[in-house]
Amino acid sequence: MGMTMTQKILAAHAGLDKVADGQLIAAKLDIVLGNDITTPVAVNEFKKAGFDKVFDQDRVAIVLDHFVPNKDIKAAEQSKICREFAGSHCISHFYDVGKMGIEHVLLPEQGIVTAGDCIIGADSHTCTYGALGAFSTGVGSTDMAAGMATGKAWFKVPSAIKFNLTGKLPPNCSGKDVILTIIGSIGVDGALYKSMEFTGDGVHGLSMDDRLCICNMAIEAGAKNGIFPVDDVTMGYLNGRSERTPVVFEADTDAEYERIIDIDLATIVPTVACPHLPENTCPASELHDIEIDQVVIGSCTNGRIEDMEAAYNILRGKEVAAGIRCIIIPGTMQILRECVERGWYTAFIDAGAVVSTPTCGPCLGGYMGILAAGERCLATTNRNFVGRMGHVASEVYLASPHTAAASALAGYITEYKGV
Amino acid sequence: MNTRGKVFKYPDNVDTDVIIPARFLNTPDAKELALHCMEDIDPEFVKKVQTGDVIVGGWNFGCGSSREHAPLVIKTCGIGCVIAKSFARIFYRNSINIGFPILECAEAAEEIDADDEVEVNFNTGVITNLTTGKTYKAQPFPPFIQNIIKSGGLLKSLRESENNG
Ligand code: SF4
Repeated sequence: MGMTMTQKILAAHAGLDKVADGQLIAAKLDIVLGNDITTPVAVNEFKKAGFDKVFDQDRVAIVLDHFVPNKDIKAAEQSKICREFAGSHCISHFYDVGKMGIEHVLLPEQGIVTAGDCIIGADSHTCTYGALGAFSTGVGSTDMAAGMATGKAWFKVPSAIKFNLTGKLPPNCSGKDVILTIIGSIGVDGALYKSMEFTGDGVHGLSMDDRLCICNMAIEAGAKNGIFPVDDVTMGYLNGRSERTPVVFEADTDAEYERIIDIDLATIVPTVACPHLPENTCPASELHDIEIDQVVIGSCTNGRIEDMEAAYNILRGKEVAAGIRCIIIPGTMQILRECVERGWYTAFIDAGAVVSTPTCGPCLGGYMGILAAGERCLATTNRNFVGRMGHVASEVYLASPHTAAASALAGYITEYKGV
Repeated sequence: MNTRGKVFKYPDNVDTDVIIPARFLNTPDAKELALHCMEDIDPEFVKKVQTGDVIVGGWNFGCGSSREHAPLVIKTCGIGCVIAKSFARIFYRNSINIGFPILECAEAAEEIDADDEVEVNFNTGVITNLTTGKTYKAQPFPPFIQNIIKSGGLLKSLRESENNG
């Protein structure tokens, strides 16, 4: 019996010819990631255990993104712990204010992660990099500390669900609608402990930004990782960007899957996840009676250049509805810069939106758009749990940038129809 | 290794945002964070919890963010063990890595009620509901993981194996 794509990457990193579902292995890591919330805990554990150096200063990435530029004194202290640790261990991939971006937008953009990698990050959305054909998964701070010290992590080899994609997405839909549709059908624990392996003819028509968005939310179905095959779209993205040589792995033709789910991309419609779970999905067209107070376009799910472009195409020359706070957060400094250079920044301001420096900010209820009791936000983020963006009595609806921008203009939830 | 105490019972899909809301995550201090444990789902929890008590959850306990702060605040509050029908995977590995025992047992999680008195033996995986007298057997951990919990966490076990090897 053959191995899935994930199993092949894990076997290679464990130095084994073969691994099987459920096997416990120790795998070598290509990149170990942490942010301003999880790194301080990892640093503490690292020191407490008596480690004094990291396994490789070029293989650790520390990105300050959740609460920077620092939202308060405590956040500033946390950033300081990260900064000092990165300084004293000469961490080459340390990203501070002015250079930072939201970690899962930044690492692929900067070529720090690549095809064939085995990556852990002390952030649940580390699963994003599966879009590049890597095994990448979220862990906690202790795993990060152990990974920084030893360059290894323990894993239970996962089984997989195969998603066979065919057809082409309608022009008012994007990767976000695909992943919301999937989570709506399999549920928030539908892929618990498993890999979500995306294959099929439909993959080719999905841009890198779509794939990154889809893998980003694999964790919202409980998955260990999401992964795409490496094709010319991937190689086009990695060439000239990737710091290390990409390594291409393919699933064996006789690999075993727990389930195979067929999805015709042409049947996808603009989809919204209603409070308070990402699985509570519904077509945007059925939610026209839901009025909103705020729209957020950004996050590691949808803060990329295509997301900004979708927002621009819908908002330019128009005005955000009265009473709506529309907050746009480009994912990295490079994306912010492109928004400025292409005139999108001005168009956003003219439409009545506000544009922030890159940050997680409101996505996790940190700052930059916190909700009061009874308020409702439509966001391109990935979680709509109770209290996620502020008061426990506030509500978050999740959607694509198309749907978010169209809804900002309307004042209520609506799909984008203008194509 | 075991624990004995009263049960706090919660539904399916308890996420890390309600275990410890992100608005408090601007400090890594476990004791300070623990003051807000379960605040958004059960404001009474921190007032009532006593050392050795047990949390019983449903499916997918601990879903959401990778914050290790979640099992850490539960442990710091004095909870001796979490029993659930299933755990979200990062919460599961974080608990093991910090040496905090959690047990998967759907039957126990279904039948044990809030305020029941339970005793849990981690070595055998036996859960006894002292209120009803019924016992349950959870999946025991594989030896590799038992070792991590026994050592008090992943880093301690790594240190031990370095010293032994
Ligand atoms: S943008 Fe939101 S989901 Fe993504 S890393 Fe930041 S807080 Fe987490």
